Amino acid sequence: MKPSILILHASGTNRDQEAARACELAGGAPEIVHINQLRRGERRFQDYQILLLPGGFSYGDALGAGTRLALDLHVYFHDELHAFVESGKPVLGICNGFQALVKAGLLPGPLDGTGNGDMATRPATLTENARGHFECRWVHLAVNPQARAGWLAALDELIFCPVAHGEGNFQVKDEATLAALEAEGLVAFRYVDQGGQPAGGQYPLNPNGSVADIAGICNRAGNVVGLMPHPEDHLLPIQNPLGSPGRSGLALFQALVASVQ
Amino acid sequence: MQVRIEVRMPHTAAAREIVRQAATLGIRGLTACNLSRLYFLSHHPGTESLQRLCALLLVDPVTEQAHWQIFDGAPPPAESPHAVIEVAPRPGVTDVEARELVRGMAELGLPTCEVATAMRYELVGDLSQADLHRLARQLLCNETVEHYCLGPIIPQFGVAAQAGDQVETVPIRTLTDPELLALSRDRLLSLDVDEMRAIQAFYVAQDRDPTDVELETLAQTWSEHCVHKTFRACIDFTWLDEAGQVKAQETIDGLLRTYIRAATEAIAPPWLHSAFVDNAGIIAFDDTHDLAFKVETHNHPSALEPFGGANTGVGGVVRDILGVSARPIATTDVLCFGPQDLPHEELPEGVLHPRRIADGVVAGIGDYGNKLGLPTASGAVLYDPGYLGNPLVFCGCAGLLPRGSHPTAPQPGDLVVVLGGRTGRDGLHGATFSSAELTHETGEIAGSAVQIGDPITEKGLIEVVERARDQQLYHAITDCGAGGLSSAVGEMGETLGVEVELTRVPLKYPGLVPWEIWLSEAQERMVMAVPPDRLKALQALAEQWDVELSVLGRFRDDGQLRVYHDGRVVADLPMAFLHEGLPRRHMRAVYQDPAPAEEALPDRPAGELLLALLAHPTVASKEAIIRRYDHEVRGGTLVRPCTGPELDGPTDAAVLKPLGTWHHSRAFALSAGINPLLGRRDPYAMAVSAVDEAVRNAVAVGADPDYIAILDNFCWGNPTLPDRLGGLVRACQGCYDAALAYRAPFISGKDSLYNEFNGQPIPGTLLISAIALVPDMHHTVTSDLKAPGNRLYLVGETRPELGGSLLYALLGQEGGTPPGLLADPLPRYRALHRAIRQGLVQACHDLSEGGLAVALAEMAIAGRLGAAITLPTDDLADSGWLFSESNGRLLVEVAPEDVDAFEAHFQGLPLIPLGDVTSAGRLRVQRGNRTLIDLELDTLVSTWKGSLS
Repeated sequence: MKPSILILHASGTNRDQEAARACELAGGAPEIVHINQLRRGERRFQDYQILLLPGGFSYGDALGAGTRLALDLHVYFHDELHAFVESGKPVLGICNGFQALVKAGLLPGPLDGTGNGDMATRPATLTENARGHFECRWVHLAVNPQARAGWLAALDELIFCPVAHGEGNFQVKDEATLAALEAEGLVAFRYVDQGGQPAGGQYPLNPNGSVADIAGICNRAGNVVGLMPHPEDHLLPIQNPLGSPGRSGLALFQALVASVQ
Repeated sequence: MQVRIEVRMPHTAAAREIVRQAATLGIRGLTACNLSRLYFLSHHPGTESLQRLCALLLVDPVTEQAHWQIFDGAPPPAESPHAVIEVAPRPGVTDVEARELVRGMAELGLPTCEVATAMRYELVGDLSQADLHRLARQLLCNETVEHYCLGPIIPQFGVAAQAGDQVETVPIRTLTDPELLALSRDRLLSLDVDEMRAIQAFYVAQDRDPTDVELETLAQTWSEHCVHKTFRACIDFTWLDEAGQVKAQETIDGLLRTYIRAATEAIAPPWLHSAFVDNAGIIAFDDTHDLAFKVETHNHPSALEPFGGANTGVGGVVRDILGVSARPIATTDVLCFGPQDLPHEELPEGVLHPRRIADGVVAGIGDYGNKLGLPTASGAVLYDPGYLGNPLVFCGCAGLLPRGSHPTAPQPGDLVVVLGGRTGRDGLHGATFSSAELTHETGEIAGSAVQIGDPITEKGLIEVVERARDQQLYHAITDCGAGGLSSAVGEMGETLGVEVELTRVPLKYPGLVPWEIWLSEAQERMVMAVPPDRLKALQALAEQWDVELSVLGRFRDDGQLRVYHDGRVVADLPMAFLHEGLPRRHMRAVYQDPAPAEEALPDRPAGELLLALLAHPTVASKEAIIRRYDHEVRGGTLVRPCTGPELDGPTDAAVLKPLGTWHHSRAFALSAGINPLLGRRDPYAMAVSAVDEAVRNAVAVGADPDYIAILDNFCWGNPTLPDRLGGLVRACQGCYDAALAYRAPFISGKDSLYNEFNGQPIPGTLLISAIALVPDMHHTVTSDLKAPGNRLYLVGETRPELGGSLLYALLGQEGGTPPGLLADPLPRYRALHRAIRQGLVQACHDLSEGGLAVALAEMAIAGRLGAAITLPTDDLADSGWLFSESNGRLLVEVAPEDVDAFEAHFQGLPLIPLGDVTSAGRLRVQRGNRTLIDLELDTLVSTWKGSLS
């Protein structure tokens, strides 16, 4: 049986079809599900093995990227979603999906390992890019070998893929939060140069000004992962603008699917 | 009790930009700027609710701080030691933030109330009242859609409701000609005296006067925008030689029929499936799917409100693609702006600064395309003083549809269904407004013609239309564009008859009178003819995708358009008069050949000229703009706007692979050809060169030269003036000749006329857009040089054709021979295509503005490699070889081992070996023993990337 993957679509979601394709190529069985189908009970989170929140501009990014979708998750699906997360099933948020997970308090989640993540007191955010506007460009991503998301360990090379966002600048409440993220292995991806060295905050290697070059994070249990770049837009060598083989994003989806097999 | 919530934003990039822009306005007293978002609630929901609202929805706890004030009546004073400007959308202007806040409050279970938003700018520094007003008007607020206050702004909740059922009867039967014209002018009908007389005669025969709904319906349906009066007109054309002697005279039986359609009919390739009859042209893509393509302009709205104008331009052309039942998959944009460095004191009254227009347009395009999830993959940006008062914004969209899936026949009894956004007073008179010239007063009187888009509502429409098509839930579909419901419903019911009830139209706010509902150009709406037994299924789809749906009426077989408001007939017109009653225009056109050609030889060193050309804004890197658009979404952009190891070199065209078609190797290319400088010299040369450029750009990336369809978009001045129309005639003649020479049929087109500001026309501008088949996605080519030691070839003949060239524009030189139509251009493109298909081409780049020198430099820049070439020693001057813009030319890089195979394809065709790719980091051009150009690669890169960054 191919693992079932719920790809969540809210008004304004737009990279759902590519995410579905990535999941298919990786051996999963994706289904794009509209949030209204979940609200009406036609579909249930618990019936799927993996939850994927794709990119896009849910609700037009009004009131901040991912904020309205986070409110939906908080108001309509709080218990189901937390049950899904606590059951250890993988959740992947890409770009707008990452923003929604962060703003809903699910990422990084409680830093001290107690209680639920909370929307109002979240310690991290994704805010306006340092250069003040949307930007689309290819970046190199490295998995943090210390990341708690164990399934990422299967990724043995860098990922080369585009970012396309206006609010991807990862920031934390205070130094202590950053220290905790690092110490606890909650940093999942960093922006690096071609050779894998940290971007060091340098634009355009770090395209948005994220603190500590953080491109993606995970929760303490390691099953919720989010990142700003789009590995689903680089699945085949023909999609690589440099024409070189390898560093595709497909490996990420293969690892995701393999993690539940 | 009302609430004012202020959220302080850490918006350092935006604040810095404001300080910088203020300095360019000459306001140097501004030293810093703090930004806040303001939210106003019409009712105080209670402190606990307010806290919750802020914590969950309005304030980012990591980066932002908020405080609120509760007040009654007048807003509390601004607590700031600094000057304050607050800016809010005008009532009725789309405000997605406010809407989503209302929805979010409902989701949180808070009591419903009205919401308004604003921006607050605290301005630090020594600023006079006059400075503040200038900052507000020229930087922070666009009074077309916003208003401002120096200090606390007074929130305006919604729009004051007024009785919304007045229908005026307009006495027309006894009016004299001047009175008819005055009526046309006062009501913004944009109809001429013949047209007004036709309407008068109709009502005399009917023995009654028109209602305002009828009169407005006729004006919209008969507008230049909707019915292309000029392109259908009978034209008496006089062609004068350069001395003013008559060379030829003829009567042209419609430009569209005689030149554009005639070319398509003469070529008629088997893969062409629909041209001119629908919202977009359609060609075959593979065994099961077709491609649709359309390009529109949104010039006048973008002049007044650049963000909203460009925003809704993208939205409009995307709906054209939905209107042929296709899924939109990519967008293009071509932009023409005035000089970005224009001193503010030289700005004419009533004109936004070209820099502000460019910033707004780029942001508007990015906002809409990015939010729809469509790659903005292809385009161009040109700068010319001629666009100062009247920028051009061409928006294109391509779509994919299963073959035979687009139904076009409404049936009597079908329901008239409108889907999507709500109707407001926005965009009234858009169709007739676009047929009027701009003046410095236009911004004041036509403000309602400009709107802000709502891409997320349109995204829902895309999802619903695709599924409704697949489930065969409608018999016909069209978009609500210019003219709103009046156009959409009127056109769809043309062969039948239709009745609609206006009170069923969902409104954004109360108070619209019937004609406003009927004419409103509120965005993001589609109209469908739905069989009654399919309505339920369509409603279910609409509900799932959060799209509003209403049933307005029915199609009938009585040939009448009947519009009701609350059961009362407010319009009752025969479809025959509405669609065929418009008298054909008879127009006069005169074209005089330009003064004799004189080739002037520049006396500056070639290297210096090359650097000046590379720094010219039209040539220089557009990366700063390109990166504002998502060109990667949908994962199918195989040739991108940027190429090379640094991903910053220019490409000739985009190659796209649609999602859902990865099981085969076909892809398609989108390209463009445009050159207003040539148009100034000779509109015929502009047309043939634009076709050549669009074709050669497509061929350069791997498209099949025998599988290219083209679109024409004319932007011109006032066609009722014979000289303007004369140029348009010559351009159309060029279109016809070139289409036949390249066997490239026109599949769609659009004209935007009356592009004049205070009596000055824009340079007549023709955009040719191409959509072409790329037979094998594994054989595409980019322009960046690939490896030292590879050979460089020039395809095509270079002639002394510097007339209308960028070099001459740079040097301020007039005259010269413009590039002409090639006698037989296809064989060389076919040869190149065969070579590409065999993998013999490493890099390829077309020669356009700046000629050979610029093209070679761009290839070197893109590949970060050097080149050394030697030009033939013939009669052609150095400047001709380096900078002439002759058509049909490309530079090609070939690996040494492929040289023989490559050359074999060009037997009997113009092909010149020029030199080699080098690792030396220099661009060297020799001629005999003379070195014409010897420049370091780093200099080329920094010069080309330097401007506008």
